[in-house]
Amino acid sequence: MSMTPAEMAITILVVTAGTVFTRFLPYIAFPEGRKIPKYVTYLGKVLGPAVFGLLCVYCFRNTDFITSFAAGGNHGIPAIIGLVVTVAVFAARRQMFLSMAAGTAAYMIVLNLL
Amino acid sequence: MRELKCAFPKTIPVLTGYVFLGIIYGILMTTNGFPAWLPVLTALVIYTGSMEFLMVDILLSSFNPVSALGTALMIGARHIFYGISMLNKYRGTGKAKFYLIYTTSDETFALNYDAVIPHGCDRTKYYLAVSFLDQMYWVSGAALGAFFGSMITIPVQGLDFVMTAMFVSIFMNQWMKDRDELKKTAQASAAEDRKKISLQDWILRHAPELTGVAGSVFCLLIFGPDRFIVPSMIVILAILTLIRKPVEAVYDAAEEKDQEASVGEAAEEKHQKEADEMNQTEAVHEAAEEERI
Repeated sequence: MSMTPAEMAITILVVTAGTVFTRFLPYIAFPEGRKIPKYVTYLGKVLGPAVFGLLCVYCFRNTDFITSFAAGGNHGIPAIIGLVVTVAVFAARRQMFLSMAAGTAAYMIVLNLL
Repeated sequence: MRELKCAFPKTIPVLTGYVFLGIIYGILMTTNGFPAWLPVLTALVIYTGSMEFLMVDILLSSFNPVSALGTALMIGARHIFYGISMLNKYRGTGKAKFYLIYTTSDETFALNYDAVIPHGCDRTKYYLAVSFLDQMYWVSGAALGAFFGSMITIPVQGLDFVMTAMFVSIFMNQWMKDRDELKKTAQASAAEDRKKISLQDWILRHAPELTGVAGSVFCLLIFGPDRFIVPSMIVILAILTLIRKPVEAVYDAAEEKDQEASVGEAAEEKHQKEADEMNQTEAVHEAAEEERI
């Protein structure tokens, strides 16, 4: 069921507020001079990488790895290839925009071929 | 303004990336039925690429503001770390501070964190120039894609994979940084106890990434694709808190080695300088002796 324009507006507002909050929080919580708890520093270091793990899983959450070609699916092969290309290019060159372009191109090519 | 001239060259890599990605974002939004002004609006007020790409999905799903807020907080969690890192650098920036904090994107943070303010440039205006230019690149890209994307005739089926590719790249970046840290620590150990990287160290170093993936997959299997985000966040937070001691130990040890290395480098530089000075004094004495003879 999709959203009404009002619901979309609320969603955008909520996301904006959440994002702004994360940007301003450190400056509010630690005005000049106040000490930062070690737990907070720890979270700052580890939460970021963990979130991107979550986001990667999120991107593949609907990928159908099971449905075969006969049944109209593609075993998730384009997605797997796209993933492998992105990882390989990044491992080789360590350039974000390059690996993004390569991975996306690979995905689109394989998807349109199959 | 001379700060704009100083800052612009530094932002060129961001220009290419943001404009390209922004165009894709604008196209993605409009091909999914959203009005062209929407991506421009989000580019101005949300200004977080990864979150904005997710918005395409979120706005197409059923109304769930709590989940959306949770996602925004999780994605934005890294901004908290950026803020902590910039607490001192953004001090004294006066009226500009609000805009500087508001526009702390990944790339802007990276640029300003590493910035060496050129001579004669005002610090606040420099940071401002970088932040402003970066946001304009993103907004322009989104606008171009949104308003002119329909003119592109190449097939765009599958273009949305760019979001997946972006998250995978960011994940890889983090993974490889951790791997580098592991290697540095192993190499820095004294020759007697130099050891290969143990499995335990490997797991602890990569623990955040592994926790993120494992916790999410676990919750995905239990709660399904539409409901697993919030449980995943809770599970991730819980696990990271539980394993805090051993993970912190590995991370702190690596930081100590980093500091020792830079102190060692500084000490070496000092020795080199002193040696150079001694050589110079000797040369002056020799020249003086020859003069007398």
